[in-house]
Amino acid sequence: MKNTIAERVVDFLKNHPPFSMLNNENLFTIAQNVEILYFEAETYIFKKGQKVADTFYVVKDGAVGVYADDGKTLVDKCDEGDIFGLRALIRKDFYQLDAIAMEESIVYGVGAAFLETILENNEDAQNFVLTSFATYGYEVQASLDAANRVNMAEDITHDALMAKYSKNPVTCLASHSVQHAAQLMTENRVGSIVVTFQNMPIGIITDKDLRSKIATGKYTILEKVDKIMSSPVICFHEQITVAEAQVKMLNHGISHICITTDGTSQTQLIGVLSEHDIIVIHGNNPAALIKETCRANQVEQLAFIRTKITNLLADYLKQGLSMNYITQIISEMNDSICKRAIVLSLKEMETPPPVSFAWIALGSMGRGEQLLPTDQDNALIFENVSDDIYDKTKAYFVNLAQKVSKKLLAVGFEYCPAEMMASNSKWCLSLEQWRQQFEYWIKTPTPDNVMLCTIFFDYNLVFGNPQLVSSLTQHINFIVSGFDTFLQFLAKNAVQNPPPLGFFRNFLLEAEGGHKNQFDIKARALMPLTDAARLLSLANKIHGLRGTILRYKKLAEIEPQNAAIYNSCASAFKTLLRFRAQYGLNNQMHGRYIDLQKLSKSDKLKLRSAFSPIKEIQSLIEVRYMLARLI
Amino acid sequence: MILHWFKKKYPDFWEIYAGSFNHQEHNDIDNERFVVFDTETTGLHFATDRILSLGAIGVIGNRIDVSKSLELYLHQEKYNNETAKIHGILKLGHLDKVSEQEAVKAFLSFAKNAVLVAHHIDFDVAIINSALHRMKLPPLKNKICDTGVLYKRTLDIAPDNKHYGLDELCNIYNISKHDRHTALGDAYIAALVFMKVLSALKKKYPQLALNDLFLPRRRQGLI
Repeated sequence: MKNTIAERVVDFLKNHPPFSMLNNENLFTIAQNVEILYFEAETYIFKKGQKVADTFYVVKDGAVGVYADDGKTLVDKCDEGDIFGLRALIRKDFYQLDAIAMEESIVYGVGAAFLETILENNEDAQNFVLTSFATYGYEVQASLDAANRVNMAEDITHDALMAKYSKNPVTCLASHSVQHAAQLMTENRVGSIVVTFQNMPIGIITDKDLRSKIATGKYTILEKVDKIMSSPVICFHEQITVAEAQVKMLNHGISHICITTDGTSQTQLIGVLSEHDIIVIHGNNPAALIKETCRANQVEQLAFIRTKITNLLADYLKQGLSMNYITQIISEMNDSICKRAIVLSLKEMETPPPVSFAWIALGSMGRGEQLLPTDQDNALIFENVSDDIYDKTKAYFVNLAQKVSKKLLAVGFEYCPAEMMASNSKWCLSLEQWRQQFEYWIKTPTPDNVMLCTIFFDYNLVFGNPQLVSSLTQHINFIVSGFDTFLQFLAKNAVQNPPPLGFFRNFLLEAEGGHKNQFDIKARALMPLTDAARLLSLANKIHGLRGTILRYKKLAEIEPQNAAIYNSCASAFKTLLRFRAQYGLNNQMHGRYIDLQKLSKSDKLKLRSAFSPIKEIQSLIEVRYMLARLI
Repeated sequence: MILHWFKKKYPDFWEIYAGSFNHQEHNDIDNERFVVFDTETTGLHFATDRILSLGAIGVIGNRIDVSKSLELYLHQEKYNNETAKIHGILKLGHLDKVSEQEAVKAFLSFAKNAVLVAHHIDFDVAIINSALHRMKLPPLKNKICDTGVLYKRTLDIAPDNKHYGLDELCNIYNISKHDRHTALGDAYIAALVFMKVLSALKKKYPQLALNDLFLPRRRQGLI
């Protein structure tokens, strides 16, 4: 039956999430059952303590404020298209907040039951509602991660892909000893070696042969390789598809195929295709990528792997894997690239390092939160040496660090504009110098020093001697525990960026500079959460936990009374990090500055929903450190 | 009361409608049920023109329930090409249509004893009354309010002879003119106007009572 009003309600709702995610039929059902409510300015839609209605609300015209603390704190300003009162959907109890019409408003009341049934079959809308509900801070710890499901669609196009084999395979002669072959394999970090005669493959030895024929004592390591090699080898020409390779391997029960010029064993060997290579092609295998990294001998290879990591990130985001998992994997891979760059640089040095050292990543990389490559922040700690050789030792490491930095640049990690890099002689110091440096920062907490602390405190060992790092950590804890006021300065720093909550649609935008009128998600949203986590972890003597998410999780354990806040911070951080990575990927940049005009309303709301916990955590810090007195 | 026995016997739907007035409790404004309605007609002569469509919705307090609304399109014997330009209803359109009797019947069972509200309600009531008359039924029994008249009362100095059209009130109250000139669309707009006027009046006259809203009986049927 015709219902002009319902049609008009549909017209309105369909432009606003979550309704925009519903089909017309569902929308019409909802619209037909909508209550249209009129509120004068300054009248209550609902009051705290009132029994929850069975409808939630959508602002049609006007603006509605949602208040906490008996109307003193504006939690959320809802205007056209915004939803509120979602408690109706989720819990049947009493309202926790006040909703007041800030101006004359028309509000649609939507039956919660109607939406509930529709949400069950619509994951997008469900996620949206969950995120919106989290707008009210820690009322519900609805982590999007939990709602997301892994969706691993088999990519059938892979079957038609050409298999990418390893060129320049490691080879030896039939007359070589098994020991020699094993040494070659180890040096080249490969799991197989092809035995050749005039560069034609006559046999192959794999890790498995060494295990089953040598380690068992069947043969000695001085035996000639032809005694233990598998022969003949299975060959194929270089136009081999993944499917062909897989079939061949299955048929012959082998894990390696030799690639020769014409596909027979009577021609020149040009490469080896291993099962592992196929796994790499199937991609999405971080272990394979890390292995590839450890074998890379050229910066170009590392750069290529770095782009693969970005692809992997895109896949992971698409699959909706948990942010916890994503950050761990991606940072692990970033670290392995960094490690490899150090190893390659060490090889270029004329002499081995004079003393042991530790390469540490700082800032977001140190926290393991750098999903898209931005700039490199790192530092170097070397073992204490006597004064007479200090300069010489330092020069060695600065030189090394310069090589590493250059490689990282080639891989895609920009130089840090503030030169917080080990290649800067200021940040390439002996353990003792570092101790003094931190002591100075902590005891002289000028704003600049506090800022440096925030960057340097998030260090993480990438390569080298772990004892140097743990010794430094101990020292820092010792100084901090004896100098409580430092935490106050850190606290002051942590709340200096107020949440970008603002009024609706008035995200705090950059007022000047190259990113004018863009939203700085790093400074406005991620950093306040990170800073707070760092401060509170330091205060609680939580060490060795990498990353903001883990820090909040630990904090929630230690202070169960504030667990709700900490958990909502962790959730918000995940949402923001995911958002930044996704935005960066979509726009081919690092995602720091967000052009709000490019965002859908749903994305804007998602983003905004992550802001409330910032406010919560900052007021917790303000109270705890009595910042009012300090400021 | 004795007269009751001599009363003509009316059809059941009328008796039920009329019966709803027997136990009428006059609520306060906030709890009273108002039915805001509008008719689209073939012309402006209530005696000779006919209803093309009728839309009505209930308002209680600050609440409009979309699931309880009435939207009817009527079969036409008489059709006026001129007004079709305004309301867009074609004589043989694709909408499901009902007869005049069915429409009146549906309207009465929807409205019951509610206070009727419309913009320039005299005309709407008159045209329904003439339909009732053709059905040999008495005129509507409901109390009525006119949004145009009520609006004028919100003004400090009301221009005597000025009539405020619905479009004008839409502009004043910043109401979207979507679906203007469909019966339910106009009814909805009038309902919004009504709620806004009511809140303005309550502010101006804190003692405002339900009775103050009604249009005097004697004016009914006059245009």
